Amino acid sequence: MPRLQTTAELETLRAEILAARDPAKPCIAVCGGAACDGLDSAVVATALAAELKNQGVESKVDFRVTGCHGYCNKGPNVLVGPGDICYFEVKPEDVPEVVASAAKGEVVDRLVYRDPVSGEKAVHMSEVPFYKHQMRILTGDIPRIDPTRIDDYIAVGGYGALAKALSKMSSDQVLQEVKKANLRGRGGGGFPAGLKWETTKNAPEKTKYVIVNGHEGESAAFMDRAMLTGNPHKVLEGLIIGAYAIGAQQGYIYTRHDSPSMAKHITAALEQAKELGLLGKNILGSGFDFEVELHFDVGIFVSGESSALMRSIEGNAPEPRPKYIRTSVSGIWDKPSNLNNVETWANVPEIINRGADWFTSIGSEKSKGTKLVSLSGHVVNSGVVEVPMGTPLRTIVFDIGGGVPGGKLPKAIHFGGAMGGSVPISMIDAPLDFDGMSKLGAPIGAGGLLVMDEDTDMVEIARYLLDFLVKESCGKCVPCREGMYQMLKILTNIVEGRGRKFDLERLADLTEVTSLGSLCALGKTSSDPLKSMLRYFKPEFEARIAAGSEAK
Amino acid sequence: MSEQKIAGIIEKYRGRPGAVIHALTEIQHANHWLPREVMHKVADALEVPFSQVMQIASFYKTFSLAPRGQHEVHVCTGMTCHLRGGARLMAKVEEITGLKPGETDTEAKFSLEAGSCLGSCSIGPELIVDGKHYGRMTPERAADVLKQYD
Repeated sequence: MPRLQTTAELETLRAEILAARDPAKPCIAVCGGAACDGLDSAVVATALAAELKNQGVESKVDFRVTGCHGYCNKGPNVLVGPGDICYFEVKPEDVPEVVASAAKGEVVDRLVYRDPVSGEKAVHMSEVPFYKHQMRILTGDIPRIDPTRIDDYIAVGGYGALAKALSKMSSDQVLQEVKKANLRGRGGGGFPAGLKWETTKNAPEKTKYVIVNGHEGESAAFMDRAMLTGNPHKVLEGLIIGAYAIGAQQGYIYTRHDSPSMAKHITAALEQAKELGLLGKNILGSGFDFEVELHFDVGIFVSGESSALMRSIEGNAPEPRPKYIRTSVSGIWDKPSNLNNVETWANVPEIINRGADWFTSIGSEKSKGTKLVSLSGHVVNSGVVEVPMGTPLRTIVFDIGGGVPGGKLPKAIHFGGAMGGSVPISMIDAPLDFDGMSKLGAPIGAGGLLVMDEDTDMVEIARYLLDFLVKESCGKCVPCREGMYQMLKILTNIVEGRGRKFDLERLADLTEVTSLGSLCALGKTSSDPLKSMLRYFKPEFEARIAAGSEAK
Repeated sequence: MSEQKIAGIIEKYRGRPGAVIHALTEIQHANHWLPREVMHKVADALEVPFSQVMQIASFYKTFSLAPRGQHEVHVCTGMTCHLRGGARLMAKVEEITGLKPGETDTEAKFSLEAGSCLGSCSIGPELIVDGKHYGRMTPERAADVLKQYD
């Protein structure tokens, strides 16, 4: 492919790609996301490719393997266009029928969604309850894109926002638009991205870095991986626009090493973007130079923390440092380094394309736009969900999630993995929102939402979460390393019926010291789940301790 | 694993002290563990003290300082898998293999690891063998899966 010299050449390329495609032509998209892959979607994909040949319809029906469609527990997912006909739990033996029907423009009735209660059918994506209540701004394109082909991304309007930013906006205007949109960091903190960008932009050093945090260590969170694997160019486009606004020359994508398809897709995206001149020197003739490197986390939770992550990029052990000076002023190799989460970057092209006013029209008063949620636990429909900020948890758990399986009652909702918190199900009408959930003691974190049913033992969950964190502490701060260990010991005693009087007071002491005395978020928030559980489920702890002392 | 391949990886990063993690990751992926003499070669080629290579190799969980089994068995111990019975699955896998997480058997057939979270929460609990995911795993089915690798 020739290197694009101007934004006009990008538009010409887009027109050529679209002209060669017929929107009415049937297309079969097989989900290759993490869950579908675990359910052998690759076998279905191989069978589909062979069957297209077998039936001699290769030229009549398009076929692609895509990233995560979202409805993970119903995998392998197959989507047939035009019209987005959804087939679920597709097996290799279903393939001949799927291909024959796609070629004829018919529907395989037995593979479409049926409501488990009413038996009502839903053929198209927009009718399936799991999708119907969502607003898929960031994830909507994933089933339409082969993530290893930049053409597919350009065909859905990709890099249009970059072209607009470079040709029609100054770097200040881009920054102002993101500030006006009030885009808040999706990694957990909810800090306004525009303000962070501005800090790095205004920092005195000339060399500046921008970073995609795709570490996603939060347990039960898998939406960033779905985004980055399924549509890597969208995140990359956001990063390039951010770099332009900030004045950074070098970017880093930091992500997990244990997901081979993700690494493959990002590497391919970087190569293709470079080939087209969307990375490198003088991007689209704008005079703006920018390069991106891929870095891998090699297996420790704390390296998702911003200063630890930057140490890791430098090639050192990921120990957090005190943040008297923020990483946005002094980060990688002491240069100003702006770090945002995968989802935050993915929002940027949309904001530039459609404007801050459009973005702020979605969401709640102080949390704008949509939020990706990894919905799992004791819930019927599990997967990657995208809803406007402010959506009541009830909509997510019941309308989208379909409630608790096995006729059980829900007991609690847990957010934010090992450093999040649990709220009782009585708070299910609370809106999904940064500030609201924080006040309830269950900050939404990166967006891992777990439903827990009535049989869940909250004391045991508190113990489990601390057990996880004890193994992940880097060990630099004594209160974190030793404090969590002591908390774990007490909780293990309670769980095993050896709880003692004043255990809860001792726990309260330890949580306070650990929160105050640790440098980074891991230590500071390590006791948050415990605090939220003591706030809402204290009688369970007391009963366990009482039962333990009685037994003696 | 040929020494040549390891030498090739090290050569790629020669003179780049910042690339210790890159080099070690590639060697770990290819060789499944980091022999001490290889780490010495990395230190020399990348011009960093051996102690720094050792610090990184011993800090990150991905790196193994001892030989691994022929098959790497992971049981996901993430939150969803835990809620759905991951601990029972782990107990069963420990029983079948006779290993605790982090251990390798004497015949170097299996290495067992606890992993969290591997991101396929919707189909947990999960057993992963050599990168292949087995979703909705029950303690009963685990034996059948592992038999395939015997």
